[in-house]
Amino acid sequence: MSKDVKAQEAKNPMEDFLRMDRIPHIWCSGCGIGVVVTSFVDALRKSEIDLNKVAIVSGIGCTGRVAGYVKLDSFHSTHGRAIPFATGLKLGNPEMQVVVFSGDGDIAGIGGNHFVHAARRNMDILVICVNNFNYAMTGGQVAATSPINANLSTAPYGNFEYPFSLPYLADACGATYVARWTCLHIRRVTMSIQEAFQKKGFRFIEVIAPCVTLYARRNRLGDGLNLLKYYHDNSEIRHGADTRTLDIGYQGKMIVGKFVDREKPPFLECMNTHMKKALGDKYVPYGE
Amino acid sequence: MKKLKVDPKGVLTGAHYLDGDFAIAEGALAAGCRFFAGYPITPSTETAERFAERIPFVGGIFIQMEDEIASVTALIGASWAGKKAMTVTSGPGFSLMMENIGLAAMMETPIVIANVQRGGPSTGLPTLVGQQDMMQVRWGSHGDYKIIALSPDSPQECFDLTIQAFNLSETYRVPTFIMTDECVGHMHEKVVIPPADKIEVVERKWYEGPKEKYLPYKPDKDMIPFMVKAGDGYRFHTTGLTHDERGYPVINAECQDWVVRHLNDKITKNAEKIIKYEEEQTDNAEVVVVSYGITSRVAYRAVQLARKAGIKVGTLRLITVWPFPEKRIKELAKKVKAFVVPEINYGQMVLEVERAAAGKAPAILVPHCGGWVHNPEDILKAIKEAAK
Repeated sequence: MSKDVKAQEAKNPMEDFLRMDRIPHIWCSGCGIGVVVTSFVDALRKSEIDLNKVAIVSGIGCTGRVAGYVKLDSFHSTHGRAIPFATGLKLGNPEMQVVVFSGDGDIAGIGGNHFVHAARRNMDILVICVNNFNYAMTGGQVAATSPINANLSTAPYGNFEYPFSLPYLADACGATYVARWTCLHIRRVTMSIQEAFQKKGFRFIEVIAPCVTLYARRNRLGDGLNLLKYYHDNSEIRHGADTRTLDIGYQGKMIVGKFVDREKPPFLECMNTHMKKALGDKYVPYGE
Repeated sequence: MKKLKVDPKGVLTGAHYLDGDFAIAEGALAAGCRFFAGYPITPSTETAERFAERIPFVGGIFIQMEDEIASVTALIGASWAGKKAMTVTSGPGFSLMMENIGLAAMMETPIVIANVQRGGPSTGLPTLVGQQDMMQVRWGSHGDYKIIALSPDSPQECFDLTIQAFNLSETYRVPTFIMTDECVGHMHEKVVIPPADKIEVVERKWYEGPKEKYLPYKPDKDMIPFMVKAGDGYRFHTTGLTHDERGYPVINAECQDWVVRHLNDKITKNAEKIIKYEEEQTDNAEVVVVSYGITSRVAYRAVQLARKAGIKVGTLRLITVWPFPEKRIKELAKKVKAFVVPEINYGQMVLEVERAAAGKAPAILVPHCGGWVHNPEDILKAIKEAAK
């Protein structure tokens, strides 16, 4: 057998993790979402986690399509509702590792209320949020994460609203693990996801990703490579940074790293511990 | 459907003095519901309170969510994890639930929602009765789909029909509703809860074939696809998008046609098996009073008075509100002078009676805008008018 034929027959290392019958995906060339999916798959492989016990839940939007491509129990829910869906799934089957994979508009915009409450309850889910600073699926509208002065289709003269700093929000609401990376930091994203798999409670990883077709084009920021260059030149790793200092200005500096890593019993553990104390032997523990 | 052995831990066997809201919670526990996600709203809150108080001794989850949107969404997640799941609400909360009621319909997920109706629109009458969400439950979420809705007229029926609602929801993989009202919800009456082995509960139609062949939306002979649980190794996909048998999104008119017809037909074609109503003295009736919920009890007084006055009047009490028993109304329409339809709204189910009667007999609405039940005299007046 010639080398070429062998190469053709060789399996894509991601095949076992993806729904190959749904490839090619819908993402634009230069988009950062695929990179984050690759890191996620890499983290699944390296964690040697039982894939039958991992579920992925997405909302709506470009990143919302991730659940459709990953070969796990996968749920493509409604806009903003991935977190409450995941809450029901996790509590319904506590032995599962439930991952929410969605965009900034979904998680911090329309789903903001669910985000803060799941973090407050310390619901045992991992939330991976791809932040591309805009509503891309609908054509590049202003988002709760859009930097001031960025130009968006519904902020045609530039954005003047203060954006969320997602790690600060997650920290303030009580998340047990908070990290931020960009699409350039692929190994670190993988490591962060692996690390988060090992932890319990509400874990949050933000990944800044380029939207070449809309955000970058409208703001004349160039192609995917230009944006990665921008990430390279302007991101600074500062583990443990005070989450109050993580604002991102338009084309400004981005502080990345792991900011929060704390131990705190998650929702179900709190419920069982509390009820045992309150009700003694009469309590029927759940999901232990 | 396979019968399921009822877990006696959830069954409070005996005679009790309960209000309708409490009876719904007891019905849910008896049916094997072990997941409740809700948000407080008058006049339905007591169901949530009762569930929260009882579930620690049964084994399960009560979680108070941040809003009604999250509550319904959590039910869908829990249902895919294999749990029987329910929530309870009233008008404003019901409006918030609509988005993910559509998702449950689209994902063909069994969930149960009770609506203890109050007067609307908007905040309306938080503490006072209404029956104004009867069309909303049928049409409230966008798109074409069908649901099942039941309407109890007493705390006993709140218990019984909640078990029924779970059975129907599991059987047809469809969101199922208990459309009660503030009066029944807050009315205390005797509720008899039978022993666990006398309660009939059906099991979900679990898939048992080879893992790689599982298709979450391939209809079985009875039109209902098999289900699996998340975490059991099927690694399936489901979406709120228009999808094929695999649950994969397919965005075209052909697939849309297949999905929409299926979501509607699985209820329409099974309607005769689903529908329940209670009839009295309709054989020689000149007038038939069609009613449901608390209004059927008020109407009964008017019917008694009319009979005393010599009018041949029958009653048809809707137990299943959706699907609507149009076949029976059609038959009766050929025989009666008119239908009288009292309801605590400005005319909702009367439209269905009118549609089913198809001009063969008029349907006379006795409206009440909410806040209190009808005066039986008003219904009597309509019966007398109809008998002329």
